[in-house]
Amino acid sequence: MATLTVQPPLNPLEDPEHFFPKRRKKRNLLPYLLILPAAIAELLIHIIPMALGVYISFVQLNQVSIRNWLAAPFVGFANYVNGLNPAGAIGAEFFETLARTIIYTVLTVGISWSLGTAAAYFLTSRFRGQAVIRMFFLVPYAVPAFVGIIAWAFMFNQQDGLINTVLVDQLHLLQEGPFWLVGPLSFFVLVIVSVWGIWPFAFLLQLAALQTVPHEVHEAASIDGAGRWRTFWGVTLPMIRASNVVLLLLMFLATFNQFNVPFVLFGVSSPKEAQLISPLIYQFSFGTWNFGLGSAVSALLLAFLVIVTAIYVRLVMPKEKSSRA
Amino acid sequence: MRETLSFKVSRAVVLGALIIFVAVPLYVIVVSSFKPLKDVSGQWTWWPENFTIAPYITMWETVPLANYFVNSVIISVSATALALTFGILAAFALTRLRWKGQRAFSLIVLSTQMFPGILFLLPLYLIFVQIQRVFGVQLIGNYGGMIITYTTFALPFAIWMLMGFFAAMPEELEEAAMIDGMTRFGAFIRVILPIARPAIVAVGVFAFMNAWGEVLFASVLTTADTRTLAIGMQAFTTNVDVRWNEAMSASVVISIPVLLAFLLVQKHIVQGLAAGAVK
Repeated sequence: MATLTVQPPLNPLEDPEHFFPKRRKKRNLLPYLLILPAAIAELLIHIIPMALGVYISFVQLNQVSIRNWLAAPFVGFANYVNGLNPAGAIGAEFFETLARTIIYTVLTVGISWSLGTAAAYFLTSRFRGQAVIRMFFLVPYAVPAFVGIIAWAFMFNQQDGLINTVLVDQLHLLQEGPFWLVGPLSFFVLVIVSVWGIWPFAFLLQLAALQTVPHEVHEAASIDGAGRWRTFWGVTLPMIRASNVVLLLLMFLATFNQFNVPFVLFGVSSPKEAQLISPLIYQFSFGTWNFGLGSAVSALLLAFLVIVTAIYVRLVMPKEKSSRA
Repeated sequence: MRETLSFKVSRAVVLGALIIFVAVPLYVIVVSSFKPLKDVSGQWTWWPENFTIAPYITMWETVPLANYFVNSVIISVSATALALTFGILAAFALTRLRWKGQRAFSLIVLSTQMFPGILFLLPLYLIFVQIQRVFGVQLIGNYGGMIITYTTFALPFAIWMLMGFFAAMPEELEEAAMIDGMTRFGAFIRVILPIARPAIVAVGVFAFMNAWGEVLFASVLTTADTRTLAIGMQAFTTNVDVRWNEAMSASVVISIPVLLAFLLVQKHIVQGLAAGAVK
């Protein structure tokens, strides 16, 4: 909240020029010198590769032409047509994967948000052990992602993993342990493992957001006779709306681009029931060495993300903007 | 607000279920790391019947884990140091100075946060190949390429968080120092940075965690000599005989440094996120 207090870095009185009027020339260069390292890094790693990626999506680049990739033949929109044609094998796979990735994202973000919000809400009430539980819930987020995923892969092992041992031998719920990491169930494993890794992030941000809600708000609502459930949805949540807007956007982007979980869980090629968009592009590019196609699908993915983000921002942001002005 | 019985019950149920969900995989990691290979290869047991610390010793020989460890430390520490340096300079320029292109710069940097990594993996690879061909500077299979890559990944977030922290610091502090004859930048370095140290440490831990656990780019930009833990770890489970116990003991050793660092600074991260998200 502290940062909300209006801070005018542009106040002319606080300008260095006010104290050192003769140094005008030096001052003009200083900001650019300061951002130079960051700008170079961004250019080299983010911006130029991005532009190059768009270029590659218009050429035919494969194992052979990659040796001299600057001379790869120009093929116009052929890669896009290839990737977008729902009648072709590649186009069909792309649309199917896109749809699956959307379902996966909605499920993962929805569940993670609910768990994180519930945990943060309950942990703002005081009781014994509260601080310990709070720390404990952050552990899955703090350990490297691949560590948690490997543990889950071990647990979901068909033959004698923890999950099947418990279901079959200890609880006698099933006759035979199903295959979790191949076939249709792999999609649900993907969601569970992803939720385990990302829900603490929702928890962390909600915890931070709830700290900014003054206690009196709840008291006032409860005097009005509103129950906890109604107070939360009607009073608390609207008050932390701004940070939830950011939280949902960050979780959406991270989940939609998910690569680590399928890569560590299934290896280089996912079962077809659990194929997501990032591993699919990886497979196009580094599995079948069709870099042009991989780049075209990448460009489409970026376009999709930009459009979704723009719509989202437009839908939820206006309120914040006008209230800040 | 009064805590009714139904509230207490639902709190116990929700938190209890979450504790189990979080704890089981963590328990599996720790307990499996103390089992001999034959016990982790067979049916799952909740308790290590033949308790042993052997996996913690043999894991260093099964795969060149020590090399991976050194690689990960070099790359992650360097990337963190660079990201902090670049981030502090840029965040200072963005919060304390006024210049043309300021808004555009911060917008571009922050929007790169949404680029899916898979999108520029291949182009980046090709650029590195080309740089090597033209300038003779090797970036693939070399620490430099990984360091600059992870530095850049951490930058948008570092700049965003640091801007939040710096903006919250009163400028009067620097002005007092400037009257004493320091330049604006000098005053910032000597007065603001020491105060902002907890925040900077928090951002650093964040950058370190990201580099320590990154998989996608490490899988393409590293070679046998520069392989990081995130990729090298997979050798335990993809080799002909799967050594789950060693994979788990390695997991414990790899996790402890980041886990401790994160839990130590989590308060500052919460504050920084709160400040940043509210803006």
